[in-house]
Amino acid sequence: MADRMLACTACHGAEGRAGADGYYPRIAGKPAGYLYQQLVNFRDGYRHYEPMALLLRQLPDSYLHDIARYFSNQHPPYPPPERTPTTPQQLQRGETLMFSGDPARELPSCATCHGADLAGSTPDIPGLLGLPRDYLTAQLGAWQGGTRRTPEPDCMATVVARLAPADLAAVTAWLSHQPVPGDYRPAAAPPPDLPLECHASPAPEAQP
Amino acid sequence: MRSPLRLVGSVFAVLLIILVIALAAGWWLGTRPAEPVAASTQDFDHPALIERGAYLARLGNCAACHTTAGGEPFSGGRAIPTPFGTLYGSNITPDRDTGIGAWSADDFWRALHDGRGPDGSLLYPAFPYTSYTRLSREDTDALYAFLRSQPAVSQPDRPHELRFPYDQRFLLAFWRALNFRAATPSPPSPPEGPDATLWQRGAYLTEGLGHCAECHTPRNRFGGLRGDAPFAGTLMPIGDWYAPALTPVRGGLQGWSVADIATLLRAGTTPHGGAAGPMAEVVFDSSQYLTPQDAEAIATYLVNLEAPAHPEPSPVENVFGQLGAQRYEQHCASCHGEQGQGKGPGWPPLAGNLTAQLPDPVNAIRVILDGGFAPGTALNPQPYGMPPFRHRLSDTDVAAILSHVRQSWGNVAPAVSPNDVRKARRHAAH
Repeated sequence: MADRMLACTACHGAEGRAGADGYYPRIAGKPAGYLYQQLVNFRDGYRHYEPMALLLRQLPDSYLHDIARYFSNQHPPYPPPERTPTTPQQLQRGETLMFSGDPARELPSCATCHGADLAGSTPDIPGLLGLPRDYLTAQLGAWQGGTRRTPEPDCMATVVARLAPADLAAVTAWLSHQPVPGDYRPAAAPPPDLPLECHASPAPEAQP
Repeated sequence: MRSPLRLVGSVFAVLLIILVIALAAGWWLGTRPAEPVAASTQDFDHPALIERGAYLARLGNCAACHTTAGGEPFSGGRAIPTPFGTLYGSNITPDRDTGIGAWSADDFWRALHDGRGPDGSLLYPAFPYTSYTRLSREDTDALYAFLRSQPAVSQPDRPHELRFPYDQRFLLAFWRALNFRAATPSPPSPPEGPDATLWQRGAYLTEGLGHCAECHTPRNRFGGLRGDAPFAGTLMPIGDWYAPALTPVRGGLQGWSVADIATLLRAGTTPHGGAAGPMAEVVFDSSQYLTPQDAEAIATYLVNLEAPAHPEPSPVENVFGQLGAQRYEQHCASCHGEQGQGKGPGWPPLAGNLTAQLPDPVNAIRVILDGGFAPGTALNPQPYGMPPFRHRLSDTDVAAILSHVRQSWGNVAPAVSPNDVRKARRHAAH
C-alpha cells in the first residue's frame, strides 16, 4: 500500500508523518473515519484545496476508506513541538479554553469532545496535538470563513463561530507548543454526552 | 448611358439580395425540424427499460455535465468552460418546474436528435446533440424512462454566461446550417476485416452516445466538428488538455490492440499507461461500466480507423544538454526505470508512451505538475498515484525532463520549452 500512496506521501511525508513546511499536516494515526471524511470533503467541495481535489476526483469511496485505514494505522514518531512567538498570557488563555472553555460565550472546552488528552477518538474525532501552528490557524480561520465545512450538522462551524480572534490565536499557540506523549492514540470511543451534534462519517460498506 | 453611381447602386442591390437569400437559406437549413420518429413504447415505467436507460446514461455520461461534485444527481449546475463563455449543465431531474418533468418522450427525443427544446428553441451544442442525434429512438426512450425514474430536485438552471454575440440564441440557426445535420437511420457500412455487427455497434456507441468526437475531433473556427479530420486529436477547447488522436498514429492509438483499448475503457489502466485528466473522469464516471462486449465493440471500431496521411514529427534539437537526463535520473528513474521501461503494474513505461509523445506537451506537463491517480474502477480498485511535482521542479526542470523523455528510447516528439510549462501552470492547480 505504501507504493500506491506515493502521491500522498510526496507532500504529507513518509507514512504521512507531515510535510516539510507547515501546510501539509500529519495524517498518520488520525482516526480512519475522520480521514475518510476529509478525503470526501476535498473531493466533493466541502474543503477547498485544488491539488487534493484533482487527486481525488476519480477515486471511489471504497478506495478512500482503504487510504484512510492505511494512514490511521501508521504511527511514525512525532517531531518535537514548534517554538513560535507567544506569551505566557496567551499560553495561559489557550490552556483555559482547552480544558474549561468559555461559559460566557457558550464555548465548550476542546477537551470536552477531543478528550482530556486531546488525542481524539475513533471513528471521527481527530487528535489536536502534533500539528503546526500555521496549519491549525489556517483550519480554524477557514472554518470561520466557511471555506472548510463538513456536511450538516457542522459542529465545528458552530464552535469556531464563537471563538474571538485573540482566542483563536491562543488556542493554536498552546496546541502547537505541546510535546506529544509517546502513547498518543485516539480513544476507542468518543466521550459520552457530546455537547453538540456532529456529522458522522458513514461506515465502510462491507467488502464482498 | 447609366451613371457610375447607378451602377454601384445596382451591384450593391444584387449583393444585398444574394446576402438575404443566403441568410434565408441558412435560417431554413438551421431551423427546419427533423423528421419525427414514433416512440418505441408507451410503458416508460417498465423496470427493464429503466435499467437499460441507467446503463445508457452511464455510457452517455450525462452526469459529467448535469451533476456537480457532491451535488444531487442530474440537478445541473456544473460549469462547462468554452472559448465562447461558460455554460452550465441544466437540471434534467423530473422536477416539473425546474427540471424536465413536463417533457414528453417526444420532447426528449427532439432534444437529443435535433438539439431543440420543447418550445422549438435551439440548444447550445455544448450539449452534444451533434453526436446524440445518432441515437436510436429505442435508446432515447430508455434514457427518458430512466431519468423520469430519478428523484425530482427543485433547482433552477443557472443562466449561461456567454459573450456577445454568442449569447444570441437565434444565431445558432446559422451555426447549425454550417455544422449540424440530424442523423438519418442508416447504419454505416463496415470496412473489410472486422466482424460487421461488432464494428457497427462500436460505430454507434463511439459516434453517438459515447460522443468521443466532441473531444477527440478538431473543430473549425466556429466550434463545429471538422468532418475532414475525424478523431485526429486536438487541444481541448480551452487548451487545458490535449485529446489524443484515436487513429493509429504516434501519440495516438498506434500499437494499441482491441484488448488494450477495451481494458483502458473498463479498467482505466493498461500496460501502456493509464487514463489521465478528463479521460480519467470519463473512465471513472462512464466507460468503466461498459459491458465487455460493448467495450470490445468500441475498440474494434477504433482500431479500424484510418491513419491520416501526414508525416511523422521530426525530433527537434534538445537544447537542454544533459540537464534532462540528470533530472530524470534524480526524480523519475526510480519508478519509471533508467530506460523508461516502467516497473510492475503501478509505474507505466515512458518508452513508447502515448502521453509522452502527444504533439502538444500539455498533458505530460500537467501529469508532472499535478500528479494523479489512475481512475479507481471495479477492475483496478486500488490505483497507484503519481506524486505532484509542482513545488519541486522549476519550469526549466520540467521542460528538460520532458524533452529528454520525448526524444529517448525510441520516442519521437518535439522538445518542450520552459514557456510551455509556464503556460500549462495556469491550468494546473496552484
